[in-house]
Order: sequence, then structure tokens, then C-alpha cells
Amino acid sequence: MGMITELDKKLIRFLQEDLPVTSRPYAKIAQELEITEEEVLSRITKYLEEGSMRRFGVALRHHKVGFTANGMGTWDVPEERAEEVGKIMASFPEVSHCYQRPRFDGWPYSHFTMLHGQTREECEAIAKRISEATGITNYGLLFSTAELKKTSMRYFMEEK
Amino acid sequence: MILDELDRRLLNIVQSSFPVSAEPYKVLAEQMATTEEEIMNRINKLKEEGIIRRVGGVFDSRKLGYKSSLCAMKVPVDKLKEAEEIINSYPGVTHNYLREHDYNMWFTLISPSEEAMEETLDEMRAKSGCEIRNLPATRFFKIKVDFKLKN
Repeated sequence: MGMITELDKKLIRFLQEDLPVTSRPYAKIAQELEITEEEVLSRITKYLEEGSMRRFGVALRHHKVGFTANGMGTWDVPEERAEEVGKIMASFPEVSHCYQRPRFDGWPYSHFTMLHGQTREECEAIAKRISEATGITNYGLLFSTAELKKTSMRYFMEEK
Repeated sequence: MILDELDRRLLNIVQSSFPVSAEPYKVLAEQMATTEEEIMNRINKLKEEGIIRRVGGVFDSRKLGYKSSLCAMKVPVDKLKEAEEIINSYPGVTHNYLREHDYNMWFTLISPSEEAMEETLDEMRAKSGCEIRNLPATRFFKIKVDFKLKN
């Protein structure tokens, strides 16, 4: 995103909350910010186009809609294959996030994939298919046993 | 709560793209051949039931100038509750999970700068007495945030 103006910050503070359920919700935000409804809409469109906003929509509680098992796949990928293997992993629809991260002593894994399935067995089967597709055989699957926190980040609050 | 077919269709549409136009609920009603009132009632209901967490923007922290990371923490079993309270008290911690591993607490941390992140982590280490590994991503392959609901 280019220059983030004070107005952008104010608008982002509204957009990261919950959109009101009323016929003209954007007009309501516009009123608070003392700008026009069109200005609110065009700025949201701009954020989406430039990617500073990844999406505008509903955030679900996944475990409430049947995606109960979440396994973090961790993979020991040789550095020379990092890019190629990362792309294969990302192509799996059951993988929601895929990143490369630094290794450390006692931790041989470089690639992280978040896997979502209805059951633990389903996650294990997905990991096995990823292993077969990539040829990466040294991997771990860390299941979550408890969700301690899940919230959306609230930006630009420290300087409000 | 049992989701009916209309709920599922509605959730699949609004997860990836909630209408950015003056009367979004009316647009959804037209798309789904129902009334604006019906859409608003359903969204209110799904919020009350806790299925919808919120409707709003999901931002790319990097593009807003923030730094994000995944952190792995090794917590003795008898100190889990205490560690959870310490870690969750930071607003930049957006996700925190217990996982089956020696590194048993995994959380994401978003900070306004690299320095702020290091400061926060040092403070967490001092308060908890636990080892915390900071694992910021070096390559990004996929960040997807919506889930297709099967009918």
C-alpha cells in the first residue's frame, strides 16, 4: 500500500470491526468519519485491488462448521527444492497456509502447512498425499489439542 | 444449530466476497433470490450462534507495515494455564494453539516493527520463564482464509 493516511487508519479501524447489519452499513461508517459513502466504498475497493486488504467478508469459527481437526504439517525440505516443493504443497485445497520458516537446533523442518479436515485421520491422509506428491518423507503433523485464542488483528490501535 | 442449504450458500458467498456496494444485504438477497430482511435475519442469527465471528476486512499485516511471525514455546505441563494468560494478554497475539509436541504452545504475533516484536518476545520470556522460538516466514506460498462448506 502507498502512503497510509490518517483517514486510511481511521477507516481501517472501522473495517476491522464488525460491519453493522443495516441496509446502508457503509453510509453509517461514512457518517462517523464525516466522508461520503462513495469515498468509503472506493477506498475499500482500492485496498482490495492493491492487496492491503486480503478480503472483505465473513470470518467463521471453523470448528463450528465441521472443520474440527487442524494439523500443522512440518516438512524437512532441502533448500534447493524449497520453492518447487512449496508450490506443490500450496496447490492442495486442504492446505490453507504454506510458509517457509527458519530451522533451529533440534528442529529440522523448514516448510509449514496448515491442514484442515473433518477428522484427524483425514488430516493424516492429506499429509501422506503431500508427502507422495513432493517426495518429502521427513515430516511431522502437530495436531491442535486446544484453541487458546483466535481473533482478528486490530491495527493502528496503539496510536489512537 | 443446523445450517440449512440457504445458510451454507450464504456463508460460501460472504466468506470470500461480501458485497462492497451501498446496499450489500439487498445485493445478497438478489443473488440468492430472497429478501433483504431474510438475509439480515440469517446473518444476525449466525452471529448470535457464534458461527460468524464478524463481517469485515482481513488485512495483509505486511502491507500495512506490520511484522508477523509464528512462535513456538516450550511450556512445562504444570505451567500451561499461567503461560496461556501471559501470552493471550498481548493484543498482537491473534492465534494461540496447544499442540502435541515438546514445543507445545504455538502462537502468531503481529507487531508494528521488528524491534517491537523482539521486545514483546523478551518480555514474554521474562514473564513466563519459558523458551520461545521466533519463526518469521522467509517465503510465502499460500495464505487462504475461506473454507468451502459442503452441502
